Amino acid sequence: MIILRLLLQTVVLAFGQLWANRVRALLTALGIVIGVASTIGTIAATSGLKGFVLEQFATVGASRIWVFPRQPREQPNRFSRNQIRMKLSEVEGMLAACPSLKQLTPIKQFAAPVQFGDRSLSNVSVQGIRPAWHDIEQRFVIDGRQFLAVDDAERRNVCYVNDKAIEELALPASAAGSTILVEGRRFLIVGVVETKMVSPAFGGGEPRTEVFIPYGTADGMKPEPLFGLYVAATTRSPELFEDARAELKFYMRNQRGLSGDDPDTFRIEAIEQYIDQFKKIAAAITALAAGIVTISLLVGGIGIMNIMLASVSERTREIGLRKAVGAPPSVILMQFLVEAVVLCLVGALIGLAIGYALTLALAKIPGSPLKQAEVPGWAVLLAVGFSAGTGIVFGLFPAIKAARLDPIVALRHE
Amino acid sequence: MSAAPSIAAGTADSASAPTSAAPREPAANPIRKCIHIEGVTKRYIVGTEEVHALRGVDLTINANEFVAIMGASGSGKSTLMNVLGCLDRPTKGIYELEGKRVDSLSPGALARVRNEHIGFVFQSFELLPRATALGNVMLPLLYSRKHWLGARRMAKEALARVGLQDRMDHRPSQLSGGQRQRVAIARALVNQPSLLLADEPTGNLDSRTSEEIINLFKELHVQGQTIVVVTHEEDVASNAQRIVRLRDGLVFSDFITRDDPVHGEFLRMIMKQAVDAAASGPSTPELPAPALPAPSLPAAASAGVAP
Repeated sequence: MIILRLLLQTVVLAFGQLWANRVRALLTALGIVIGVASTIGTIAATSGLKGFVLEQFATVGASRIWVFPRQPREQPNRFSRNQIRMKLSEVEGMLAACPSLKQLTPIKQFAAPVQFGDRSLSNVSVQGIRPAWHDIEQRFVIDGRQFLAVDDAERRNVCYVNDKAIEELALPASAAGSTILVEGRRFLIVGVVETKMVSPAFGGGEPRTEVFIPYGTADGMKPEPLFGLYVAATTRSPELFEDARAELKFYMRNQRGLSGDDPDTFRIEAIEQYIDQFKKIAAAITALAAGIVTISLLVGGIGIMNIMLASVSERTREIGLRKAVGAPPSVILMQFLVEAVVLCLVGALIGLAIGYALTLALAKIPGSPLKQAEVPGWAVLLAVGFSAGTGIVFGLFPAIKAARLDPIVALRHE
Repeated sequence: MSAAPSIAAGTADSASAPTSAAPREPAANPIRKCIHIEGVTKRYIVGTEEVHALRGVDLTINANEFVAIMGASGSGKSTLMNVLGCLDRPTKGIYELEGKRVDSLSPGALARVRNEHIGFVFQSFELLPRATALGNVMLPLLYSRKHWLGARRMAKEALARVGLQDRMDHRPSQLSGGQRQRVAIARALVNQPSLLLADEPTGNLDSRTSEEIINLFKELHVQGQTIVVVTHEEDVASNAQRIVRLRDGLVFSDFITRDDPVHGEFLRMIMKQAVDAAASGPSTPELPAPALPAPSLPAAASAGVAP
């Protein structure tokens, strides 16, 4: 009870003291203010960047996983091209062998000249796909129809185009039903697929002209292109990427008869692994920001100690008086400690306000990738907690000095 | 309350004194020791030199006494005051305050004793400049374990006792010197201390204000307050019941005021000055001429050396 009452009175007293020396207090707390503000700003910016990057990943889909053929760099000449390239037989058994996979499509991608009327484009990306591609890529037919199983089996010359292709080739607005020439063959456009904005980080950016044909048709056109076939798949959930990776690796090595020390002749990539990596980087930046707060609070704390020592020296007579009328050393200690802590906390609050303002400003910059910048609650707790800790640590020495003053000497002090 | 009767009351009747040199108590009060010290010594180390500030002081002050402690600088009176005020511990010896040993308490425990039993009045007032009169008076209650629910009321009462009930919200800078000292006295009284300990309370005041303050002390004394004033001014001491003189860290003399030979000398000098002034001009003397019965003056000061 008495402790609580004293604490309350001490806090009131401390505020009074700071108010009486407000300019000095403010200057002293500046170290803390700057430290907290910069830390909050950095953490908020990092969180904004993280939000932005994760959003970019989300455009690709977090549960995406790919299998590519790969020439092992460790033993470049050991495997023939034929051993390395992915075969359809490998793809066909993959889904059954890997329970973590939800769906997959082989993709055969090549560049080919495309022509419509008098318009022709020389290097257009042509991809042979299966219907699962729509779900995997999250790109759907917005006009016309999907490929049918029979299109694939019969290797029909049908295709999808995207908006960009319509624009570039000057196709009619309703493109379905028109025919274009791909590598000199006539293809009937059966549908138009959405153009999906993919982050530049993943080869997206400006939408490109794209033509999609059934996998079977592509296989017929390019029976054995170098490394032409790869697999795009999705896992049942993003967290399963490690499982899927292990299953795929086991399956592929088995298929290819690799044993012992043989290197992988394929490469498995999962979006989630990049997300994981990025999260680690973001965490490192955040830890760095926390490091800044420690250093700046250290510097700020020295200022606090300095001013508290000056305060003790200035108020020696007051301390003497308080002791004479019955303040025990512990209460004097508390008074100065509380004053230091209050000083630090006031600095921390000002710093938080500036940090928030900074964060808002960052988010408001037009075209800023930090639109999602926000101050996480834990950062506020960290800043306030560290500041209070600084007050205690650096206020302790001056407070002990005050508490140990001999009242007689203190009262005689000029 | 006029000054003269209280002195008369304090010294009029005679009873068997508890100690050889101690004065008598007013008849109404049962004799109760407020302060009792025995063989108190205090040594300091100043640089490489050892200073014996007190060399074995015995002193008993009863409740409701008004005692002046006098002595030249270096006589040890400040040290004695610090010991009596529990600001300092004696190197050796016994100190009983209100019947309890306080000579070897910890700093924290001493702080509590000061808070509950002692009210200090300092020469330079020692008021907190930013606090109001009321705030200053409430200061000791801040550290009190007993009184805090009624702290404001008690502080107001204490201010009323010193006649400052309408100056409660003034800051020290808005008060005159005398008023400041009154605030300080109210602060000393607010915890209802056993002992009011004043160190040169009029040292920073003009003679007129000094008189006011001394009269206030006398009033408080009549109301039953035990008061110890440390001073080097004879005219302040002349208002006390009893004068204890220190020299070289020992009690040199301890008399009822009217029996104190040195004080008698002082009074005769004052009288003479007053008479001279009256003879030479119309101006009245500044200093109060205490209305005392002419004591039977001893021939020399050495007559009353304490054991």
